[in-house]
Amino acid sequence: MKIVVLIKQVPDTAEERRLDPGTGRVDRQANDPVIDEITERALELALSVKDKDKSTEVAVLAMGPEETSKAIRKALSMGADSGIHILDPALAGADITLTAAALAAALKGAQADLIIAGNESTDGRAGIVPAMVAEHLGLPLLGALASAAIGAGTVSGERLNDAGTQRVSAPLPAMLTVTESFEEARFPNFKGIMGAKRKPVTTLSASGLGIATEPLSTVIDLEQRPPRTAGRKIIDEGDAAAQLVDFLVTQRLI
Amino acid sequence: MQNVVVLIELTHTGHVPASARGLLAVATRLGTPVAVTVSEIPLEASTVAALGELGAVTIHAAHGPSAHSILVAHLVDALDAAVTAHAPAAVLAASSVDGREAAGRLAVRTGAGVLVDVVDAHSIDGKITTTHSVFGGNYTVHAAVPGALPIITLRSGAIDEQAPAVTPEVLNIELAAPPGTVATIDSYSDAPENQARPELRGAATVVSGGRGLGSAENFVLVEQLADALGAAVGASRAAVDAGFISQTAQVGQTGVSVSPQLYVALGISGAIQHRAGMQTAKTIVAINQDEDAPIFEIADLGIVGDVFTVVPQAIELLNARR
Ligand SMILES: Cc1cc2nc3c(=O)[nH]c(=O)nc-3n(C[C@H](O)[C@H](O)[C@H](O)COP(=O)(O)OP(=O)(O)OC[C@H]3O[C@@H](n4cnc5c(N)ncnc54)[C@H](O)[C@@H]3O)c2cc1C
Ligand SMILES: Nc1ncnc2c1ncn2[C@@H]1O[C@H](COP(=O)(O)O)[C@@H](O)[C@H]1O
Repeated sequence: MKIVVLIKQVPDTAEERRLDPGTGRVDRQANDPVIDEITERALELALSVKDKDKSTEVAVLAMGPEETSKAIRKALSMGADSGIHILDPALAGADITLTAAALAAALKGAQADLIIAGNESTDGRAGIVPAMVAEHLGLPLLGALASAAIGAGTVSGERLNDAGTQRVSAPLPAMLTVTESFEEARFPNFKGIMGAKRKPVTTLSASGLGIATEPLSTVIDLEQRPPRTAGRKIIDEGDAAAQLVDFLVTQRLI
Repeated sequence: MQNVVVLIELTHTGHVPASARGLLAVATRLGTPVAVTVSEIPLEASTVAALGELGAVTIHAAHGPSAHSILVAHLVDALDAAVTAHAPAAVLAASSVDGREAAGRLAVRTGAGVLVDVVDAHSIDGKITTTHSVFGGNYTVHAAVPGALPIITLRSGAIDEQAPAVTPEVLNIELAAPPGTVATIDSYSDAPENQARPELRGAATVVSGGRGLGSAENFVLVEQLADALGAAVGASRAAVDAGFISQTAQVGQTGVSVSPQLYVALGISGAIQHRAGMQTAKTIVAINQDEDAPIFEIADLGIVGDVFTVVPQAIELLNARR
């Protein structure tokens, strides 16, 4: 079985993230770039299939600037077999529509039985790219899974939405997205880090993929909110609950 | 007036979801709402009335026996047919799991553009502009899709508005088998409906608990304070990971974003990823043992104390006021 995992490099959520006031794009200089944690979990799921069946081939696919190659290397050191990097300065301002078209175009050549993505990215929070990729490829999508069973010809799992959970299934080839309910990713070990250097990474450009580079959506303007400041801090000496209720009353919150 | 197609995700038991009110309110602001529904049987009169109450002028009601056993595909087909039939100026869907998937597939199928996780939308000189709250509310961004149909996913609970009631015109459409291979829904297990407590999304008051609660049994304290305040219940990721409460209660970067009048954080350190989901609250109250907890940096009232001491006393005082 061949599995392709869509990994995304994002600004680390552990620090304040910024938008470039000129372009409205994510300021990639402001934070350390890391693999979005949810896509690490997606990779972990693929690697767990490979742990059980060594014939499984795991590739990772990422679209992003030059530094994305580091995310791909890390994925290879964790155990992925190969990488595909969509890299093109013309795609720097890509919106969701373009991103999905580019990922789908790269996947057309990859012959995957299963494509695994994260349910939602921490920078965009769109949660929509996987469905768009699935539509481009004409594949069924099991989105927002809390668990998955990957068989020879089918995939099934428990899907989590506002209404509750549903048991869902689809024949392969198919696509699925994982939620935070999946296992955290393994750490790369020394052997993995050394081996990663010899694993193949293919770089693809927009023209090579035969896709447009003009985004459909535009940012009109943006405004930064002033940071929040600390208010009153009290230490409980037996009357904190009374002070809390007084505060709620004076603020007209109860 | 231009039409605006709105996806209303009826549950498999036929209920109108909480997101419908805000979606139809925004659609009414942008034009004439055309609600798209998918159900097994033609809509019951009570469902039509409920949608009319929320402003649905037209209901494009697709129905067929596989409505609730095929995942998302019928929603996309119904929306696609509605876009063809009603030539809308925009399509609206909830930023829910199903809503986002249907919106994404529809965008690819129709060559439309997408505007996601929108907290507000306006039409100025016939041009639709959306408002987005980015990076935990640190930025407000306005965006548009100038040259194509905009497909908009609306953050649930962001709109506190209701459109005037109307008497809907219902167009009944029979569902056809979706093209290609599809994913199927083999069974449903519904979350227990909690009528007593408000929904987390859009709630005016939220009480959240973190790892500091220590156990699922102790987490009841969070629920008790929530009930004393008429609040919804939220949680940190650490509390969810520890199994104190279901994932749907998670507030933060990878959970729900809330903007209530009052947010009460109990035993939550205030990690940046938690703050990303609640720092736009009007007033923040935090109770934490550790006086250096980062949550105090953004709390209007910070109480350095033990939740197991302060909260039961507060509940007693609140209940005594009633
Ligand atoms: C990609 C990513 C996404 C994330 N998304 C989210 C998200 O959506 N939501 C989220 O919440 N987190 C998220 N996190 C996790 C986040 O970084 C923190 O780990 C998490 O918020 C911590 O939860 P907590 O405050 O409950 O636990 P802790 O940080 O362990 O804090 C517990 C607090 O309880 C206090 N305490 C203990 N006992 C008591 C007592 N008896 N009385 C009073 N106080 C007490 C302690 O002093 C401490 O401050 C994310 C992390 C990453 C990397
Ligand atoms: N630039 C990208 N490169 C690779 N995968 C991506 C990219 N953008 C989105 N994805 C995938 O799509 C998922 C959901 O992203 P989003 O729709 O942006 O929230 C992510 O978790 C990734 O798996």
